[in-house]
Amino acid sequence: MTETTLAKSLTSGLRAAMENDPKVILCGEDIGKLGGVFRITEGLQKDFGEDRVMDSPLAEAGIVGTAIGLALRGYRPVVEIQFDGFVYPAFDHIVSQVAKMPSRSGSRIHLPMVIRIPVGGGIGAVEHHSESNEAYFTHTAGLRVVSPSTPHDGYWMIQEAIATDDPVIFYEPKRRYWDKGEIGDAPDLGLHDARVCREGTDATVLAYGPMVKTCLQAAEAAAEEGTSVEVVDLRSLSPLDLDTITGSVEKTGRCIVVHEAPVFGGLGAEIAAEVQARCFYHLESPVLRVGGYDVPYPPSRLEEEFLPDLDRVLDAVDRSLAY
Amino acid sequence: MSETDAPGLPEPQDLRAVSASEGLELLMAPQRAVHDGGPEMIQLLTPEGQRVPSSRLDAIVDELTDEELRGFYRDLVLIRRVDAEATALQRQGELGIWASLLGQEAAQVGSGRALRPQDYAFPTYREHGVAWCRGLDPLNLLGLFRGVTHGGWDPNEHNFHLYTIVIGAQTLHATGYAMGVAKDGDVGTGDPDRDMAVIAYFGDGATSQGDVSESFGFAGVHNAPIVFFCQNNQWAISEPNYRQTRVPLYKRASGFGFPGLRVDGNDVLAVYAVTHLALDHARSGQGPVLVEAFTYRMGAHTTSDDPTKYRVSAEVEVWKHRDPILRFKAWLAHEGKADGEFFDQVDREAEQLATRVREGCLAMPDPAGTEMFDHVYVEPHPLIDKERAEFLAYHASFEEAHS
Repeated sequence: MTETTLAKSLTSGLRAAMENDPKVILCGEDIGKLGGVFRITEGLQKDFGEDRVMDSPLAEAGIVGTAIGLALRGYRPVVEIQFDGFVYPAFDHIVSQVAKMPSRSGSRIHLPMVIRIPVGGGIGAVEHHSESNEAYFTHTAGLRVVSPSTPHDGYWMIQEAIATDDPVIFYEPKRRYWDKGEIGDAPDLGLHDARVCREGTDATVLAYGPMVKTCLQAAEAAAEEGTSVEVVDLRSLSPLDLDTITGSVEKTGRCIVVHEAPVFGGLGAEIAAEVQARCFYHLESPVLRVGGYDVPYPPSRLEEEFLPDLDRVLDAVDRSLAY
Repeated sequence: MSETDAPGLPEPQDLRAVSASEGLELLMAPQRAVHDGGPEMIQLLTPEGQRVPSSRLDAIVDELTDEELRGFYRDLVLIRRVDAEATALQRQGELGIWASLLGQEAAQVGSGRALRPQDYAFPTYREHGVAWCRGLDPLNLLGLFRGVTHGGWDPNEHNFHLYTIVIGAQTLHATGYAMGVAKDGDVGTGDPDRDMAVIAYFGDGATSQGDVSESFGFAGVHNAPIVFFCQNNQWAISEPNYRQTRVPLYKRASGFGFPGLRVDGNDVLAVYAVTHLALDHARSGQGPVLVEAFTYRMGAHTTSDDPTKYRVSAEVEVWKHRDPILRFKAWLAHEGKADGEFFDQVDREAEQLATRVREGCLAMPDPAGTEMFDHVYVEPHPLIDKERAEFLAYHASFEEAHS
C-alpha cells in the first residue's frame, strides 16, 4: 500500500464519486484548468469535461444558490468555497435555503450537495484565509458537518458525503493537505462515527480536523512523561458521535476538547455540556476547552500564539490531572 | 449637426451651456424610470381596452382561441377573488399575514399562461396567480400564511417551486435549475414537448439584491434557458423605484449580455405575448431574457403594511384607471368574444371558489407537534431522534399526571 497526501486522497475520492455517479458535478472558483488553489480538483476537468467540472463566476452566493437549483434538477453538486473566510457571501443560501428547503418541503425536496471548505490556519496566510467557522454551521439544523483528518478518511468521507441525501459541509484542514498516510480498501467507519485514534487511560482529548495531529503529538509527548492520553478524532461535528465520546470519557474520567476556533460559543461548549450531562458521575475534573482566543484571527506572525499547539494541549491535560 | 445614435440624448452644445454635473444629469435623465412606462413599454391593449397593433406580437395573440381568451379573463377574476378572500381571512385572524397580488393579476396570468407544462417556475411569495395557472389549488397557498407549514405543495407536481421569502434568493435557484436543464439537453432540440425554460419571478426591490445580479451573471455565461420575470409594482414596501434604481429595470439585462424588455404588466395580452416570445427564446437555446412587467401594487405590501403612510391616493387613482381586468373585459365584450352571461357566470364561479377557500382554510388542521422533527434530514439523525423522543415523553408526562 502506498502513501498519499490528504490533498491527493480528496482528488481521488472526488474522481471515484464522479465515476460512480454521472450526476455528480463540481463547481467553484478556479477549479477547472487550475485545479483549484489547493489543486484538489486537479485533472478532473480534463477527464470529465467542462460540463461536470465548472469554473464558476467569482460569486459565492451564486455558487451555492445555483448549486441548489442544480440539486433540484437532480444533480449532486459538490461546490468548492476557495477559503473558509469567503463562505460568508453564501451564508444566506446555506443557512436559509440549503438547510431549510428539504424541511419546509416536507421531504419532497432533497438537496444532496456537498460544500467543501478548506479550513483553519497555520499556513501563514493573509486575513480571511485561516478561519474556523464550523460553529455557524453546526448550529444550523438541516446541515451535516464533517471534517477528515487523514488521507484514509479524506478519500472515503468525501465519497460518503457526496452519497448522502442531505447537504453536507465538508471541512478540509488545509494545513494537513500535504500530510501523508495510507488509504485502506474500505471505509471502516460511518460518515458520522468518531474514531479513537490513540487509546489511553488517564484523560480523553477530543479533536477534529487540523487539531487531531497536534493532539496525537501531545499524547506522544505525554506518554514520555508517563501520562496515558486517549485521542478521539470526532470526524463528524454534526451530528456528534456522543456514544464514542461518552465511552472514552467514562473510561478516563477526564475530558479536554481542542479546536482552532475561538472557545466562546464554539463546538467545544456543546461537547462540554453533553459530556458533563452524560458522564457526570464518571468525571474526575471539569471538562476543559483549548482553542483560539476570542479575537479576530490575528496576523500570521502571531498565529502560532493564537492556535492551540502541543504545549497548550499538554498544559490542559496537566490542569485536568491536577484536580 | 447629424443625428446621434441614441435618440433623446441632448445635443452636445446643450451640455456645454451647463456645468459638468448638470450635463451628466441631462445625459442620464432619459435613462431613468418613468411613471407611465415610457415609449419603450410594449402594450397591446390600452387602459381603455383599445387594441394596439404589433407587427411582432400579433401573430402570437392571434393564435389564441376565444375559449383561451375567456380563460384568461376567468383566471384574472378568480384569482383576484381568492386574493380578496385571503385578505379577509387575515383580517378575521385566520391567516397570520397575506401578501396581496391586487393589481398584478395580468402580469401573473399572462406569464403563467405562456408557460408549457414542462417549464418550471420559481416564485416569490406573491405569485398566487402564477400558482393558479400552474394548477395549484389556492388552498395550498394559504397554509404558509396560516402558519401550518413553511411549504404546502409538491414543487414537482406542477413544476412550481415553493414560495421564497428571502428577497431575490430564488433567482439563483432558478438559474441553477436552468443550468441543469441545459446540461440535460432539454433545450434547442426543436421538440415542443421536450424543450423547456425556467421562469424566475421577482420584484423591483429584489433587483437591488446581489443575488439577482449574480443570477444574471451565471445565467448569461451559461446561456441558461431562463426568463427573469420582474414585476415592477413600483413599491418595495415603502420604497419607490427611485430608491432602488437609476435606470429602467429592463435595461439591466444589457449589462449582462442578454435582451431585456418592458411590457405593460396590466395588459394580459401583451404580457402573454412577450413572455411567450421570451420563453421561446430560452427554450430554443438562445439564453436568458429579462422581462420587466410594469405594473402597480394596488394594495398594501402585506396585510401588516399601511401604504397611506408613504404614498398618495392620487397615485392609486391613476392606476385604478389602468386596471388589468377592466380593460380586458372591455376588449372581450367589444370584440364579441364574451358576453354578459359569461361575465356573470365567472362572477358566480368566483364566489363559489371564495367560499370553498374560506371553508378549506377554517378546516385546515394544525400540524402535530412532532412534525417539526419529521423532515429536517432525509437520512437518520441521532439528535433529531433524541429530541423527538424527549418531546413525546415530556408531553406524555402531563397525560400521565392527568390520568
